[in-house]
Amino acid sequence: MVKVAYHPAQQNPIARTRSAFTIRLWSVRHSRFLEKIYKGLASLFLKLHPVWTALGYSRVEKPVVAVEKRVKAFLFDCRMCGQCVLSDTGMSCPMNCPKSLRNGPCGGVRSNGNCEVEPDMPCVWGEAWKGSQQMQGGDQILKVQKPIDHSLRGSSAWLRATSEAALQEEDK
Amino acid sequence: MVQFEGMSDAELPLPLLEGHSSRGRLEQVLRAGEFAVTAELNPPDSADPNDVFERGAVFDGWVDGINATDGSGANCHMSSVGICALLTRVGYSPIMQISCRDHNRIAIQGNVLGAAAMGVNNILCLTGDGVQAGDQPEAKPVFDLDCMSLLRTIRQMRDDGMLLSGRKLTTPPRVFLGAAINPFAPPYDFRPMRLAKKIEAGAQFVQSQYCFDLPMLETYMTRVRDMGLHEKCFILIGVGPMASARAARWIRTNVPGIHIPDAIIDRLEGAENQKEEGKKICIEMLQQIREMDGVSGAHVMAYRQEELVAEIVHESGVLKGRSPWRRSPNPDFAAVAEAVEHGIEHMGEPVKPSDAVAAASE
Ligand code: SF4
Repeated sequence: MVKVAYHPAQQNPIARTRSAFTIRLWSVRHSRFLEKIYKGLASLFLKLHPVWTALGYSRVEKPVVAVEKRVKAFLFDCRMCGQCVLSDTGMSCPMNCPKSLRNGPCGGVRSNGNCEVEPDMPCVWGEAWKGSQQMQGGDQILKVQKPIDHSLRGSSAWLRATSEAALQEEDK
Repeated sequence: MVQFEGMSDAELPLPLLEGHSSRGRLEQVLRAGEFAVTAELNPPDSADPNDVFERGAVFDGWVDGINATDGSGANCHMSSVGICALLTRVGYSPIMQISCRDHNRIAIQGNVLGAAAMGVNNILCLTGDGVQAGDQPEAKPVFDLDCMSLLRTIRQMRDDGMLLSGRKLTTPPRVFLGAAINPFAPPYDFRPMRLAKKIEAGAQFVQSQYCFDLPMLETYMTRVRDMGLHEKCFILIGVGPMASARAARWIRTNVPGIHIPDAIIDRLEGAENQKEEGKKICIEMLQQIREMDGVSGAHVMAYRQEELVAEIVHESGVLKGRSPWRRSPNPDFAAVAEAVEHGIEHMGEPVKPSDAVAAASE
């Protein structure tokens, strides 16, 4: 195990306890259902595009972030990277991977399917692969993701996705 | 091309052949359809260039590329850029490993340009082991890019002549791009697709983790062949001798991502000479991998037993009479060979300033 001088209350400094990801694992198991909810939510947000523009995207950012953060932190252990790929990764948040891999599992996955770095945690990407197979857009997991843009950290992925979708509609 | 005095022929790049993306020998060997062999250099914990030359010399004439590891296992050693600089100086063909663990995208792109300028033709993109695996677990892990976005970044630099930021490069790096695969770790059914993703991101060759389980490799390769991936990318399978059953057990539990079946460990345990048996197992693996459809080469990792690589390659007969480039027979490289053989004088011991001046004015 990792060498540390001080163990607070006999806690492994790296491994989170299993209970910390019970909900996250539930979300992956119900990825199909969450995908539907997500799609509904996305189209609702898109319908509200005129409202967002009227209010000003930057002004609604703060309250939306507050909601998004709570909901997604609860369901997915969201780290608010600001460029959500949950719908491509079987509803398993890749930012929970200690190596922040956004494109698939590393070669270090243990034979029991757990993470190389956090031995008690099921590999985020093993979960992602399972989750994606239940989803309609499951083959999105094969898409090569762009390098993460760290300047977007903490911003609302919902609003960004909405404004991008709105732009695309206008283009059409 | 500007040529400075004293620059040896070893440093002259090969002609860029049609359809090739680098001037390197490894790419030429693979594209010619030969079974390629690469090996891993054990990076020294020193600042002496002779350590690198000596460790490179044991592969002379037996391998097509030498991997310069980048803090493998999250342990600190001489940097891969440094090793590559030295290896290219004497004409070897290094494969520079870049790990995403220790550098951010700015450092990595700078290193790629520097390496290409030094004559590095092959780059292997890795995510890297977690810092917890190494000798400095208190380090800050970077992981700014992952191996996939790293591949894409370097491909963009090479093919579009552009940094990630979009800024133009005056001369793009001509490199052959590699990545790693591990068919022996779960989720198994995703592994071939992960290879497909790496190819899409720019991988032209891949080297695998140690193979000790042929049926598992065969399952993986069947899927790979079905998907036609072996036609888009050269696949080199990793092999290596285990020094003893104890070592194998230790590696299995302590090094991330290595799968060694019990049967192999039992076989080592039961052998009279475990080291000899480890070598035998490795040779057998190598021979069977050579015959496997879709496999283009082997990557021999003989950690701390590098001197065995030549024997393993020779005894296995996988080269089938072909002999990879070697430094010595070419008279043009005599001066370099001399320097390697006799070491660079005064290395380590400081010279008095007056002596240095005298020597310089001679
Ligand atoms: S991908 Fe980013 S936005 Fe989506 S859940 Fe993970 S951290 Fe949050």
